[in-house]
Amino acid sequence: MGDTGQPFLRFEQVSKTYRDTAAVDAVTLDIARGAFVALVGASGSGKSTLLKTVNRLVEPTDGRVLLGGEDVAGLEGTALRRRIGYVFQSIGLFPHMTVAENVAIGPRVAGRPLDAAAVGERLRRVELDPALASRMADELSGGQQQRVGVARALAAGPELLLMDEPFGALDPVTRDALGRTVQGLHRQLGLTTMLVTHDMAEALLLADRVLVMQAGRIVADATPGELLAGGGGDAAQALVAVPRAQARALAAMQL
Amino acid sequence: MNALLTALAGLRVPLAEHVLLAAAALALGIVVALPLAVWASRSATVARIALGLAGLVQTIPALALLALFFPILLALRGVFGPGLPTLGFLPALLALALYAVLPVLRNAVTARSHMDPGVLEAADAVGMSAGQKLRLVEAPLAAPYVMAGIRTAAVWTIGAATLATTIGQPSLGDPIFAGLQTQNWALVLAGCIAAAALALAADALLGMVERGLARRNRPLALAGLALALAGVLAAGIAARDPAQDTITIGAKNFSEQYILARLIGARLERAGYQVRYREGLGSAVIHDALTSGAIDVYVDYSGTLWANEMKRTGNPPAAQMDQAIAAWEKQTSGTRVLGALGFENAYAFAMRGDRARGLGIASLADLAGKGSNVTIGGDLEFFERPEWTAVRDTYGLGAAKRRNFSPTFMYDALTGGEADAISAFSSDGRIAADKLTVLADPKHALPSYDALLLVAPGRAGERRFTEALQPLVGAISVEAMRSANYSVDRADDKRSPQQAADALAQAIS
Repeated sequence: MGDTGQPFLRFEQVSKTYRDTAAVDAVTLDIARGAFVALVGASGSGKSTLLKTVNRLVEPTDGRVLLGGEDVAGLEGTALRRRIGYVFQSIGLFPHMTVAENVAIGPRVAGRPLDAAAVGERLRRVELDPALASRMADELSGGQQQRVGVARALAAGPELLLMDEPFGALDPVTRDALGRTVQGLHRQLGLTTMLVTHDMAEALLLADRVLVMQAGRIVADATPGELLAGGGGDAAQALVAVPRAQARALAAMQL
Repeated sequence: MNALLTALAGLRVPLAEHVLLAAAALALGIVVALPLAVWASRSATVARIALGLAGLVQTIPALALLALFFPILLALRGVFGPGLPTLGFLPALLALALYAVLPVLRNAVTARSHMDPGVLEAADAVGMSAGQKLRLVEAPLAAPYVMAGIRTAAVWTIGAATLATTIGQPSLGDPIFAGLQTQNWALVLAGCIAAAALALAADALLGMVERGLARRNRPLALAGLALALAGVLAAGIAARDPAQDTITIGAKNFSEQYILARLIGARLERAGYQVRYREGLGSAVIHDALTSGAIDVYVDYSGTLWANEMKRTGNPPAAQMDQAIAAWEKQTSGTRVLGALGFENAYAFAMRGDRARGLGIASLADLAGKGSNVTIGGDLEFFERPEWTAVRDTYGLGAAKRRNFSPTFMYDALTGGEADAISAFSSDGRIAADKLTVLADPKHALPSYDALLLVAPGRAGERRFTEALQPLVGAISVEAMRSANYSVDRADDKRSPQQAADALAQAIS
């Protein structure tokens, strides 16, 4: 719970309907300041849609989202998004800008441009060489590009970080390393983080709270410890079973 | 070769005018297309409608599009007042700008629809406003594609601008049309070479800008842009408008008209006027050009005015017709018919002498008797004219085959056998030179075509002006006119219209 006694982020009966299909179906949910919440579910379960109602890349059909007690629908979209970091699978670096320009774009459009030193500091944060600042975005590897994506999302100093399948397009080694970087930043910067993923192992390793979504509803809400201990219900356990079976198989091979 | 170099050297003003017209049209096209593209990228309906309309405009032949702006602007005078020009720069600019819209619009819309959705989502997610997104992301990413569209538009516009000549806007079409008319091929070639070179140069410079944008090489893009602007600026200096009180002399698109325009011009210059020429105007627009003041003076033919402007039928004697025309002009627009020049340029049907004898044809009635066994050649407008309708109905010529030829090639069609009879003009020097038989018109179906000197309403009461031209009235015999026409039209030892006008002035003084 936040300092004011209310949750940092609250979803109240949030629904999003496309034609006749409910992508998100009356979700009510509180997220505490400083939490690292993973939203897990199959494709089409509504997890990305729910995430995007926070920074209003998606407007809910019904219900409301409160950030620090304020209804986000009452805020100007651009001002809201400048307060929230957003990292997503297709990375979306601006191909006509340098790495430095990409990192500094949020503060720039908000009218508080970053100087070169600040950009260098943001790059070091995501374990990138500040010398990359003058490169064009498309000269970097996929993993480096997503590190720039994370640096860009955090450049303006947001309290909330939204991540939509951020490591989906990366190879397993890069993905593991970047996951740890993000986890470190979450602690170091005191962020509240929401991570959408279809990979339960990733959720268990990074988050301190795991939500499972199915057909637009949250069907499980548990800590990684509870899930590994067999809690959280059938839907959650079906997802946990996959990495567990893999771990067992690997362990068996070592014997 | 020498003739070509001379012709090229004389292209300074048409080239400069051409550059200014094409550049202005391109700029206007871009100014229209870009906001439309932004709007279209926000709405699929707007995109469909805008691209559909722009595509439709492209299907209209450039020549027709240019001509259409004359009646449109004429109608718009109701809104903007009589000062609105209906010929010359404005309609040419508008028509060509419409032409330039499509490639720019299409490329911009395509570029926007192919933009990486991830990049666009990122633009929203970092908190860009719609304006910031357009300026910082969409515009720079679309720029190389938009530039490619501008390049295409520039090449099209420069090509189509040659047709601006037909609505009285000087361009590189001037030498092409004048050369085609007088069979001065060096002049035609010079105009074509200049237009092609201009298009290539524009394409190369705008290509520099496009490459600069695509490779994010700012100096390259700026250099291309600077060179292109320098070219336009140079054209602006070269084409600076002459003195204020400049007389504009109109001419239709055949040699006699070119010669008479120069003859009139010389007299006015001697009277202290600055003159310029609007040559190659179509029959349909030149009269309106005069009544609207776009041109100050030109020569038209009584039968043409009688049928086309007054919409009269019947066939009164020449003097009576001339009087009725003068009264009608004065009453309807204040245009002054200064008088008849003395010769007639009537429609006549001409055949090769041997062919006429062989077929036993001496009159239009004889020609009609041959039914569909004869082919009649007409200039581009002839079969649409009331004179043709009158002749056809009077003699029953409906069965004869018809073919259209450019006026220049009609006599060649006759000698080459593509046509048995052609619509000719009685003042044409080639009738005598080619030993052609002019068919008799026993039923007087063709009206008389006295050459009349017409003065625009704004100059009708200007004594210095009318007195300078008065001596031409009744002074030009059909023989003098034929000989002047022939000196320009013949294949060998050709004279320019200016030289022919000088000789004609000598002959009638």
